[in-house]
Amino acid sequence: MTIIDKTADVPAPRGSTENSGPLLDVRDLHVEFKTRDGVVKAVNGVNYSVSAGETLAVLGESGSGKSVTAQAIMGILDMPPGRIPQGEILFRGEDMLTMGYEERRKIRGQKIAMIFQDALSSLNPVLTVGYQLAEMFRVHQGLSKKDAKAKAIDLMDRVRIPAAKERVNDYPHQFSGGMRQRIMIAMALALEPDLIIADEPTTALDVTVQAQVMDLLAELQREYNMGLILITHDLGVVADVADKIAVMYAGRIVETAPVHELYKRPAHPYTRGLLDSIPRLDQKGQELYAIKGLPPNLLKIPTGCAFNPRCPKAQDICRTDVPPLLSVTERDGGELPGRHSACHFWKEQIHG
Amino acid sequence: MAELKKNDEAAVDATPNVMPVETVDASTTQEAVAAIEAPVERGEPILQVRNLVKHFPLTQGILFKKQIGAVKAVDGISFDLYQGETLGIVGESGCGKSTVAKLLMTLETATAGEVFFKGQDITKLSGRALKAVRRNIQMVFQDPYTSLNPRMTVGDIIGEPYDIHPEVAPKGDRRRKVQELLDVVGLNPEYINRYPHQFSGGQRQRIGIARGLALQPEIIICDEPVSALDVSVQAQVINLMEKLQDEFNLSYLFIAHDLSIVRHISDRVGVMYLGKMAEIGTDTQIYDHPTHPYTQALLSAVPVPDPEAREGRERIILTGDVPSPANPPSGCRFRTRCWKAQDKCAEEVPLLAVPERFKSSATPAAHESACHFAEEKDVVHAA
Repeated sequence: MTIIDKTADVPAPRGSTENSGPLLDVRDLHVEFKTRDGVVKAVNGVNYSVSAGETLAVLGESGSGKSVTAQAIMGILDMPPGRIPQGEILFRGEDMLTMGYEERRKIRGQKIAMIFQDALSSLNPVLTVGYQLAEMFRVHQGLSKKDAKAKAIDLMDRVRIPAAKERVNDYPHQFSGGMRQRIMIAMALALEPDLIIADEPTTALDVTVQAQVMDLLAELQREYNMGLILITHDLGVVADVADKIAVMYAGRIVETAPVHELYKRPAHPYTRGLLDSIPRLDQKGQELYAIKGLPPNLLKIPTGCAFNPRCPKAQDICRTDVPPLLSVTERDGGELPGRHSACHFWKEQIHG
Repeated sequence: MAELKKNDEAAVDATPNVMPVETVDASTTQEAVAAIEAPVERGEPILQVRNLVKHFPLTQGILFKKQIGAVKAVDGISFDLYQGETLGIVGESGCGKSTVAKLLMTLETATAGEVFFKGQDITKLSGRALKAVRRNIQMVFQDPYTSLNPRMTVGDIIGEPYDIHPEVAPKGDRRRKVQELLDVVGLNPEYINRYPHQFSGGQRQRIGIARGLALQPEIIICDEPVSALDVSVQAQVINLMEKLQDEFNLSYLFIAHDLSIVRHISDRVGVMYLGKMAEIGTDTQIYDHPTHPYTQALLSAVPVPDPEAREGRERIILTGDVPSPANPPSGCRFRTRCWKAQDKCAEEVPLLAVPERFKSSATPAAHESACHFAEEKDVVHAA
């Protein structure tokens, strides 16, 4: 009934292989929303890239801009009130923001697909799951109803939904939470995209089911050599599956690092604070460290470093100058590949 | 039903964690209220739950409703809550944790079983005595966005319990009391006239906690109090709850699905599966020496925020979902997902008791576990 496996079986992260250059490259992306109270600056200059077969985890609290960035990539932002005043989103070297509507539509779903957080509200309750899955094939590949349905059953088998043939005509409410999330994954996988964006795919699930779904996702990613952007606020889930991590705060990336490095030696006080504030399963600590204060109001982001009002290390310079995202090096100047930090005092943070 | 009851009674007898109930015979309401208001020593049981059962009927037909079955949300659980301690209850969604909370709050009527608050069975109380009990058991809800009335000011929300229990705060004193409470939970007392939408999630949960504290209860039932909050804010609220517990000598029943948080805050932990208690013990017993396969699977599935510790850990990935509580498996309810299941598991309901093999030894594995093949296995620490 149960599979017992060692996590050691999970292969080591792979770098980019063929066709050089990243799959997706986000450069200096800005997103803002016009509201009655003023302009909400949700994303303020985000840079990240994902290669084929790689998993990038975007970590951040609510309101940090992690989901808005993903929506901008998918092209599903509500515009207006949303606006992208600046930035580029390069998919295989082409800027998607300057593309026409039809061109964009060809990429969406076929090349980049998205998995949403809440499967119950993302699936249409009045259509059968089979119909919704088959829609992908009918619309994008022009298959007949019958062929599309056969493909939908295949897909449901692939994401290990038991008795797929009988359940293809069931409605979303007839499935459990974990099964619904599998259907979401199947839908994203339908056209074998190059990149999947998963926005909090397991937040609504129980831990036992969460482990099943994350394993399935990792396995399918390996099989198709897809890039994966995993958006989450759970530091535990990230530690399991990510190759590299980007930590976001108030619409900016404050730190990037390979997964092991980030947990061992965070180079930004915000990351340090996050790691210290989660209770641990394997040890019972004393009082939890809590980052004081609240995440900033995006209508009026603090001047200088956005984290300065909550930072235990803040100095005058933090209140006036925005820290750029700089490369982090060893104490002797040795390079640490993939590591960046947007803190004036990253040296003190990482080297104690 | 009768057979099930007999089994559970046997389980209670074998259970050291459950103390014999000293009932209070109160012939008049006055006596009952007096018993409820009597103080309890630290370390004495304040709430004793015995064979609690809640079945929700499933009906068919519109005019002539016919019962065709029942969702067995809670099916015979027993535990004690001691004065000043935190008892954590964990389990997957649908295992009956929240129904237990509602039963203890007397928001639902129990199908069978007893809940003794200071020796008084609250499932049988009514009128003034029940009101006195309710004053002493308060609740903090999961979702701070929907559990506060958006049309009421914070002052009205926190002060509302005083309308029902005016003896706690005389009318002229209320505003001051509410401001004191706001201060206690770390909010600015000047916010008294603001509305819930003007606060962030963490601040709203503080308002919910202030409301729970308003009547100076002895027990607070927290149903997933931090699961809707961000990580950094979660730590603030947990610290606040621990501080309040020390300050007001509160007993918490802490219901959550996040096992790390439950370990952090709890003195004892109970693991529920499909309406039954699978394992109960102190936090060390449960987390470092689990003996029930379900607990082991649950613990091993928790993602640990440390990639290195992660790699040495064994993972047990359960297949399938929780079976329907309307039609639970015979015998042990976990057997359909258990890798140890044998014929015996389908026939006999395992009792919640200290496993025979650990009984004589003083190991931490000697705590109650409802499994025929209980075996100690450390799944939390790296091998």
